Amino acid sequence: MTALHATNHFDLPHETDIAWCPGCGNFPILHTIKKTLVALNVDQQKTVFVSGIGQAGKFPQYLKCHYFNGLHGRALPPAIGIKASNPELTVIVESGDGDVYGEGGNHFIHAIRANPDITVIVHDNMIYGLTKGQASPTSEVGLKTPLQPDGVFVDPLNPIALAIALDAPFVARASAANPDHLKKIVMQAVQHKGFSLVDVFQPCVVFNKVNTYEWFKNHTYMLEETYDPTDRVSAFAKALESDRMPLGVIYRNDRRVTFEEEIGVYAHDRTPLWRRDAAWEKVEAIIRAKQ
Amino acid sequence: MAQKKIIDDLAIVIGGQAGQGIKSIEHLLTHILKRQGYHVFASKEYMSRIRGGVNTTQIRVTTSAVGAAVDRIDLLLPLHGSVLAHCAARISPDTIVIGDTTQMECRQCVPVPLKQVATEIGESVYANTVAAGVVLGLLQIDHRVAHDYVRQFFARKGADVVAKNITALEKGTKIGEQIAYAEDIAIHIAQRGTVRDDIFLSGSEAVALGALAAGCNFISSYPMSPSTDILTFLAQYGKECGVVVDQASDEIGAMNMTLGAWYAGARAMVTTSGGGFALMEEAVSLAGMTETPCVIHLAQRPGPATGLPTRMEQADLNLALYAGHGEFPRAIFAPGTAEQAYHLTHRAFETADAFQIPAFVLTDQFFLDALSVIPPEALPHLKNTKHITETAADYKRYAIMNDGISPRGIPGYGSGFVRVDSDEHGEEGRITESFTVRRAMVEKRLHNKLPCLRASSIVPEYIGAKDAPTIIVCWGSTYHVVREALVESGRPDCAMLHIAQVYPLHESVAALCANAKKIAVVENNATGQFADLLLRETGIRAHQRILKYDGLPFFVEELTDQFKKL
Repeated sequence: MTALHATNHFDLPHETDIAWCPGCGNFPILHTIKKTLVALNVDQQKTVFVSGIGQAGKFPQYLKCHYFNGLHGRALPPAIGIKASNPELTVIVESGDGDVYGEGGNHFIHAIRANPDITVIVHDNMIYGLTKGQASPTSEVGLKTPLQPDGVFVDPLNPIALAIALDAPFVARASAANPDHLKKIVMQAVQHKGFSLVDVFQPCVVFNKVNTYEWFKNHTYMLEETYDPTDRVSAFAKALESDRMPLGVIYRNDRRVTFEEEIGVYAHDRTPLWRRDAAWEKVEAIIRAKQ
Repeated sequence: MAQKKIIDDLAIVIGGQAGQGIKSIEHLLTHILKRQGYHVFASKEYMSRIRGGVNTTQIRVTTSAVGAAVDRIDLLLPLHGSVLAHCAARISPDTIVIGDTTQMECRQCVPVPLKQVATEIGESVYANTVAAGVVLGLLQIDHRVAHDYVRQFFARKGADVVAKNITALEKGTKIGEQIAYAEDIAIHIAQRGTVRDDIFLSGSEAVALGALAAGCNFISSYPMSPSTDILTFLAQYGKECGVVVDQASDEIGAMNMTLGAWYAGARAMVTTSGGGFALMEEAVSLAGMTETPCVIHLAQRPGPATGLPTRMEQADLNLALYAGHGEFPRAIFAPGTAEQAYHLTHRAFETADAFQIPAFVLTDQFFLDALSVIPPEALPHLKNTKHITETAADYKRYAIMNDGISPRGIPGYGSGFVRVDSDEHGEEGRITESFTVRRAMVEKRLHNKLPCLRASSIVPEYIGAKDAPTIIVCWGSTYHVVREALVESGRPDCAMLHIAQVYPLHESVAALCANAKKIAVVENNATGQFADLLLRETGIRAHQRILKYDGLPFFVEELTDQFKKL
């Protein structure tokens, strides 16, 4: 699959059997992310991908990188733990809508509150792929699946509105159908300090016959150059648009302090935890004080 | 009136409603008595509520060090009338009850108008200090020792508070001395100069200090009784000791975050109790699959479900033993003393790191809340091993090794890539569905590791005559109560075997038990979970299971009775 694209140092050094279906929206996302990382000139040895379970969760398998591929729905907690233990690392979460918004919904909410300096790229295909086509938290009302034969009747989760409500410092939406735009957005997301969410519309060509490339094309538009993403109220209004959904940086807050900055242990010393020794003199002083 | 003589062992119980200040009386008494040179041991039982109810603290003042609760009450200090009913079964004609009869109906009470005395000093809030003084007076304590401590303890509250508390303590002490004279009470307990330099340590502090000594630099947990004190302790000392402390949004997040921290090179732990740990189970399995070390402090409390949130039980051994889907190795430590809790928590970090497995420290409410006096030398500097390896360009996280332990790299240290996967994976850490690789990986992380892990297990402590025909087996926090009851029961033919590492069992457990004619297992649970484990692991069947599961720890007297009948 890599033959069509220019190679870079994030490519795997060998051919691999990619578990995605032909035509899957995950392919353009993979190629774009690899190109973006090169453009960003990130230190490959200090970049960690974290994912949960699902087809998107397999993403880190297909590029040359460090990765922690954990449990379904639980990509965010290890990502926070990794970043807090070594703030020198660039931490990028790649997972699906079911993983991040469904099974991991609670982590999504509280990770935004904690605000670690990580980038979260959600492959949002509005369907469960790996379990063969059930509704996801972002499936539209009416979508029929083998498990929802009468159509989905619960309202979809709006991740953009939710993230803005929680004052996530960077909230954006992009589309797998527009790799150049996706690249621009992901570059900003990685560079932005704090929790950066990029919800990427990604067609599932096998199980979602409604939200196709064509459908996404007809139901999205690019945010105008003049749009000001720092106005939270107008950003929220943008997030609620549903006929045609905006693509771009919908909300940005440059003032939020990150989790790593708040936890205190790096205030005077940026050394990652693994390079530190036990503070025995301090422990001994605590023990002596108990006399 | 006959003289009331109490020799070598005084059991004081202070009872009252939550919020009445039992803790402050306990604090004053234990600290002043220790400074006077007495061995003290305090344990508590309390209800799951913020105010009201009945809670009690037992303080044992003894000639030799003890670490167990007794049923008997020598001296009862009820701060509320409800304490009398709560403790009715434990009050004997020999119990000295000291209470404010203007506040409660109490026929057996030696009346002391605590509230009135306190009000005369200034405020009723001083009643607790008066009460502490009465106890100290009964023990004929050195007034200077008491005053010095009160001065130190209340210093930050200002001179007026210090002065009034000293007056309150002085008045109480005088009343206590008068009672001792009038009621002909003689308390003889030996004082030891060395005790004054010892330290006070709760089980929770011992666990937390053991973690700090092990270089723990990351804790993410969710508050749950009785495990929370470890999280709080590390939060209070976190910044100066360089510990990242996170109150997680839930236990699932806490455990997964902990695995991320270890992956990035931290030494991390979680502290939780049964229900919270149940939520962590899937991530324990992830630790097993990814061979990511982790330390789990599991503070047991009676279940199922919410159970008795603030009570004592040892019923989560099976939970720790079988937690997580699939098959993978683990180590489970169960300290019996505060000193052991320090050493074993440190050891849990070393074991987790060396073998890349989950390591448990199993405690319980009684153990964590109990306050012991131990010499500071019991908490020495302990060596930490750096197990992280610098990766080479061709690094493979799951390289097949004979002992099952693949060198563990972390991102950002070396030129290789560290790939860990929840799916079955090959040596490089990539997903595989190869049956051959699957088989090799199971053998690597389970079959090859387990014998090495077992060889590192802790030798159990055997106390008693060599080749005793009867062995009483116990684990975890029942150490002190079994030991004391064994002495009390006068059975030189019985020995005690305390298991501080319940999994994997040290090979000597089987050898020691094999020669005994009778094996009795003591456990604070309803089924005998350790007795089952012993049978499974060694083929040795316990002849008797001595069990308690009402939410309270064993008292010395009840085990003494049981041992006499063995």
